[in-house]
Amino acid sequence: MPQRSDLSQRGGEMKRVITGNQAVAYGVILSRVDVVSAYPITPQTTIVEELSELIASGRLKTKFLKVESEHSAMAALIGASTGGVRCFTATSSHGLAYMHEMLHWASGARLPIVMVNVNRAIGPPWNIWSDQSDSVSQRDTGWIQLYCENNQEVLDTIIQAYLIAETVKLPVMVVLDAFVLSHTAEPVEVPSIEEVDAFLPPFCADYAIDTQEPRAYSVITTPDYFMEFRYKIQKAMEEVPEVAKKVDDEFKARFGRGYGSIERYGKDEAEVLLMTSGTVTSTSRIVIKKLMEKGLSVAGVKMKRFRPFPSDEIYEVIQGAKKIAVIDRNLSAGVGGIFSQELRASLYLREQRPPVFGFVSGLGGRDITPELIEEAIQYTIENDRPKDEIVWLGLKR
Amino acid sequence: MERMRKIEIPIAENLGHGHLACAGCGAAVAMRLTLKALGEKTVMVFPASCWSIVPGFWPYSSYKITAVHAGFVTAAATASGVRAALDVRGENDTLVAVWAGDGGTFDIGIQALSGAAERNEDILYICNDNEGYMNTGTQRSSATPLMAWTTTTPVTQPKENPKKDIMAIMADHHIPYAATATIAYPEDLIRKLEKAKVIRGTRFIHLFSPCPPGWKMASEQTIKISRLAVRSRIFPLYEIENGRVYTIQEESRVVPVKGYLKLQGRFSHLSEKDIEITQKNVDDAWERLLRRARC
Repeated sequence: MPQRSDLSQRGGEMKRVITGNQAVAYGVILSRVDVVSAYPITPQTTIVEELSELIASGRLKTKFLKVESEHSAMAALIGASTGGVRCFTATSSHGLAYMHEMLHWASGARLPIVMVNVNRAIGPPWNIWSDQSDSVSQRDTGWIQLYCENNQEVLDTIIQAYLIAETVKLPVMVVLDAFVLSHTAEPVEVPSIEEVDAFLPPFCADYAIDTQEPRAYSVITTPDYFMEFRYKIQKAMEEVPEVAKKVDDEFKARFGRGYGSIERYGKDEAEVLLMTSGTVTSTSRIVIKKLMEKGLSVAGVKMKRFRPFPSDEIYEVIQGAKKIAVIDRNLSAGVGGIFSQELRASLYLREQRPPVFGFVSGLGGRDITPELIEEAIQYTIENDRPKDEIVWLGLKR
Repeated sequence: MERMRKIEIPIAENLGHGHLACAGCGAAVAMRLTLKALGEKTVMVFPASCWSIVPGFWPYSSYKITAVHAGFVTAAATASGVRAALDVRGENDTLVAVWAGDGGTFDIGIQALSGAAERNEDILYICNDNEGYMNTGTQRSSATPLMAWTTTTPVTQPKENPKKDIMAIMADHHIPYAATATIAYPEDLIRKLEKAKVIRGTRFIHLFSPCPPGWKMASEQTIKISRLAVRSRIFPLYEIENGRVYTIQEESRVVPVKGYLKLQGRFSHLSEKDIEITQKNVDDAWERLLRRARC
């Protein structure tokens, strides 16, 4: 295990070799989270272990509720966040599915909770490896979703997530791949807590519990008003692109690292674009570089933000592309990969509507190798339109 | 055994006018008394139940205290989170209470309750037991008594299982305080709440509230039925400290269960033999309680 960072020490950034899950724990501590509530599930467990150690060391005032289920973990945070303090939890897979009801509750109550989901397949068959089906299944719960490519991005995104959540008053899910990030150590710049304090002010809730001024929270609302509450959530979601950009720009100015909601890399004015999320992007960067060197007109698009769906940002970066290939490490059975479906939907009313090739690959943690990515790009180059709604990559038939 | 004491009932009214409870609702009386005892410095967490409706629709509320509506499953977990936030804020002297129904306690909420009790969360959990899912139209819960009618246990196939012993379950979590109470004995109820209020850790009040529509009883007999439940030993009044020390509040005017059953339409299909079985079960449960109290 890498050495634990003395997060209270003064001075500039420290470079550490840490796993994705440790990066999560460091991000939580640096964000001065008041209440953590969590239940263990592979591959999230080392987050709660690391947090338990850091909190037990006594240097932090964070309260850790070791509850009896994920459902209660989110419920406890709903109580704590209503009490006006900064909250965190982490889960995976079945744990996230079990929380589902409470995810709606957190966004409906407009609570800026931040949660990490370590992507893992949902069984059966039982499987503990990386698969986005858990997080994309929660896309309609009113949570902002941010996907990460490496451990540095994980740590930085958690800090950014609190600022975004507390500005728009919506919860944020930060998503990372099982094992490829969660259990893999990488060098990570760990900022000092003073630097983070200067970036992230203390949480100040507008309507925290106050017995001097009693209020009734989350109570029954008739059809006369319910829709307006939902409209306000949509409006808050619509603020996210601008808020997230401002937060990311400010972060970049202070720490020298920014991510954007969408990142385009590779050839300018490329004919074929490859859209990915999570760690598949890192592999894709190598493939795109190699294919460009061979003279192919290709570029990559990394999708960091999935909710709210970055329609405008995507449309901006795909200008001039003839075709778009999307690799989905998730499956909505009966339709296909979710990212490709949502991209198709977002392009429907646009002037430029390049065909979207939907590739499904890597389910249940199967490696999405450079060869498979190249196969996807070749298929896209060779065909005018996808021959099937879903193109399976690396499937044993 | 101890005699019940007379005490003063606080004047403060923290349940306001205009609430939507049914005529003769035992729980409305119980809530009024409870809020008197708990006072203004209270955060009440209430999961889905009749009390999702009774205080009224947004933007109005009959509660004069802070109320946090919570997911059906989550009362004890949500309360744990509120407690944690208040503790972080240094407000250790603000009471965090739960008001949940028997469905939200005996059934769907028992996991969260067991978790909170095991962690000995500093919360006062009140289970308002009306022996069924009354808000959704009287379906059976695990608090519904044996042989009772509900809309999911019709008279041709009344409830086949006895009521879950929630007090024994809570006692075996070794929480500092658990007590039974009901509205026909308001001074006993207030005394227990005031006692529970100042104890730290998980406190549990099992509050028995007659429900006129659900029990098919006359709305003016709520208090009478509450009293008969205690006198017939259907619902004895007692306290358990630290899961070990039992104190039973004496009710010397003991009556057979028949009078209690006869006032309620939900038991109208019971034969004489069924009533005898009920009497035997109640007698056995009383013996079991006495045995536990002696240990």
